[in-house]
Amino acid sequence: MPAPLIEMRGITKSFGAVKANEAVDLSVAPGEILGLLGENGAGKTTLMNVLFGAYAPDAGEILIQGEPVRITSSADALAAGIGMVHQHFHLAPRLTVLENLLIGIPGKSGRIDRVGGLARLAEIGRQHGLTLDPDLPVSALSVGEQQRLEIVKALFRGARLLILDEPTAVLAPTEVDGLFSALRSMAAQGLGIIFISHKLNEVRALTHRCTVLRHGRVAGRVDDPANTTSAAMAQLMCGHEIVPPARGPSTPGVEVLTLEGISTSQHSGTPLRDVSLSVRAGEILGIAGVSGNGQRALAEVISGVRAPDAGQMTIAGQKVSRFSPREVQALGLGRIPEDRMTTGLVTNLPLADSMVLPRIGTAAFSRKGLLKPDAIRAFAEAQIKAYDIRCPGPMTRAGALSGGNLQKALLARELAFDPKVLIVSQPTRGLDIGAARFIHEKFLDMRAKGCGIIVIGEDLEELLVLCDRIAVMYEGRIVGTLDSADATIARLGLMMTGAEGHS
Amino acid sequence: MFRLEVRTSTPAWFNLALPLLAIGATLVLCSGLIALAGAGVLEAYGVMFTASLGDSYAITETMVRAAPMIFTGLAVAVAFRAKFWNIGAEGQLLAGAVASCFVGAIPMPGPLAMVLMAVAGAAAGAAVALVPATLRVKFKVDDVVSSLLLNSVIYYALMALIEGPWKDTFSGYPISPPIEDSANFPVLLEGTRLHLGVVVALIAAPLIWFLIVRTTLGFRIRVTGENPEAARYGGINVERVLLSTALLSGALAGLAGVGEVGGVHFQVMSDISPGYGYSGIVVAMLARLNPLGVVPAAIFLAAVMTGAEAMSRATGVPAFLSDVIQGTALLAMLVALLFTAYRIRRVGTAR
Repeated sequence: MPAPLIEMRGITKSFGAVKANEAVDLSVAPGEILGLLGENGAGKTTLMNVLFGAYAPDAGEILIQGEPVRITSSADALAAGIGMVHQHFHLAPRLTVLENLLIGIPGKSGRIDRVGGLARLAEIGRQHGLTLDPDLPVSALSVGEQQRLEIVKALFRGARLLILDEPTAVLAPTEVDGLFSALRSMAAQGLGIIFISHKLNEVRALTHRCTVLRHGRVAGRVDDPANTTSAAMAQLMCGHEIVPPARGPSTPGVEVLTLEGISTSQHSGTPLRDVSLSVRAGEILGIAGVSGNGQRALAEVISGVRAPDAGQMTIAGQKVSRFSPREVQALGLGRIPEDRMTTGLVTNLPLADSMVLPRIGTAAFSRKGLLKPDAIRAFAEAQIKAYDIRCPGPMTRAGALSGGNLQKALLARELAFDPKVLIVSQPTRGLDIGAARFIHEKFLDMRAKGCGIIVIGEDLEELLVLCDRIAVMYEGRIVGTLDSADATIARLGLMMTGAEGHS
Repeated sequence: MFRLEVRTSTPAWFNLALPLLAIGATLVLCSGLIALAGAGVLEAYGVMFTASLGDSYAITETMVRAAPMIFTGLAVAVAFRAKFWNIGAEGQLLAGAVASCFVGAIPMPGPLAMVLMAVAGAAAGAAVALVPATLRVKFKVDDVVSSLLLNSVIYYALMALIEGPWKDTFSGYPISPPIEDSANFPVLLEGTRLHLGVVVALIAAPLIWFLIVRTTLGFRIRVTGENPEAARYGGINVERVLLSTALLSGALAGLAGVGEVGGVHFQVMSDISPGYGYSGIVVAMLARLNPLGVVPAAIFLAAVMTGAEAMSRATGVPAFLSDVIQGTALLAMLVALLFTAYRIRRVGTAR
């Protein structure tokens, strides 16, 4: 085994009483792809932030090619040859691809070295199949291309170790293949790669070795991921066995949500073109598609924040006339948004406030314009208990909660009032196995209770586990709907590229 | 070497500690200017304190000054909670003063006149605040700029009024005709200027606190301010909340003007407000936008203003120091607010 490119020894980092990392050892050899696994809150992000210089560790040391180094800023990390691709990209949207690459790189005598930059960009593209048009503004790139740019940026700055934090969460299946071949090509040239992911099948397909964290400590290492079962890895992560939820036979009832000929105008993102669909009580309908094909507009219309230009929508048999969030809520729609922090919760206010937000005007939480603080608090406390939301209490700032707990809070808030229809986007994005499992179970419970659920998602495996039927969106249209018994990843993947499906 | 780290929670005692820290830092920073002016620092601050809070008369004078700043402080606190950036409390105050002076000059029974003055002043302030709010809601015009610039418009409109139709024909001074004697706010303590408006200001603070913390409107204001997108998806009509906030904020600032006309000056002149509207921003920030905190914050600034004049007479330090203290206090508070989101950590040099 070659000498490690980078080695972290005995890293300990505490936040107050919480030990986010405790005596963690980790090493990556040149040419090695290391999987870093762990549930949310297991300490992966903290560990990588220590490596990238955002946090100073309380104890432990970092060695690069055997030499101890001190990394106290991202500049130090970059100088030491460590590059990081965050979940949220750090790009300047109005600048071009080339300009983004050259930010912070001093050129000769204060001038930007455009020619040199172009040559390097072309070279990196050729080597790893990471081609990008240098003159396109970043705002015109797809999410996958933006990620590619982040990777190229790291290589451009001479990274020898690349950290990728949940890189596949934002990608379509075909894009994942492209990413993996690029990563393999980089590893073949001697780069070290740390790959953080919750998706065990991807980890097994890509990585050479895995380090698993649990409660801030190293729970175990996997030396041969390809020949280790997902179940065994999941058990290492959670400390106990995980059984996928079983979806019983469906007994759908009446239609609880119908869309007929819904079209929207170009406003933000892809507009809808003549979309018709229906969800029945006790049924889960999946909406598959590469992100940016009108899912956002669909969710906006159903949530009542955007009125369509044409078409009709009914909820529980009632025609939606005004398309306001209040109207669709009153008709019985619940909503679990894709971006919990921006359209779901109010991070700077107490959790209790977020939990009663959509129903603050109802008799449950206010009377004649006066709040019922005791009722609000009691409701929040009851939900925190019922859903095992980990937080100090209902008055905790919502932003202090982890992603999984926020998702539970949103779920609690919507399910507490027995919605007739539930619209859900990317329900488990960024969640660990345990939390995702919990969310899935809740959906199946609701289905058994006769709630109609529409799940918008990109994770086809998840849709296949959850849904009774799966409709595929492409360029604002529904290209086909499959019974999930007939659906396969390959078939759905083909339809997602626009090929007509047959229902 | 030091660096900032993101905080996961803010301890409750920060709400009290940060303003005190800011005020302490301000007094230390400004002591340099006092020394430069050739006076003893402790002596100067001592005179300032005695003259503003040292005896019961001084306290009433400070309270009379604090009253308009309680109103403008509340106006700004309410607006900033909704992230409606109302920098226009000064203009709204002037509009309230003009409207109440107009009403107060009409002969009618005293109590009725006072009520109508308050209504007219609040309405005028609200109407002015509605302009930047409407521009923002309808046309996405930046409310900082529009509300700030509107102050000049209102000020010169007021000047046109007192240099024109309202001008005193006998003396030729640019002052409005006085309001009816019966409309003068009653004085609460014989021999002082402590008037009814001061009490109204002190009552307004807990009422506004109640509105923000305990009513659905207050809830909607808070949520809209912190995350308008979540508010919209949660069924809140964000535009309507912003307009309601503007009306409330403008009305409060207008009441500041009503108090100055009915309780202090009994007429309108060009210097009816020494910048109480702008001081309201400092007050609201020191109070961390908490309506209850507005009262002590306003009293602090009023004490500085009252005390600065006496200090100037006694030690020769220019009274402009009070403006410097105000400005420094705002900056110090903005810096102190950093600590609610970040903590300072020493980066170890050992390893």
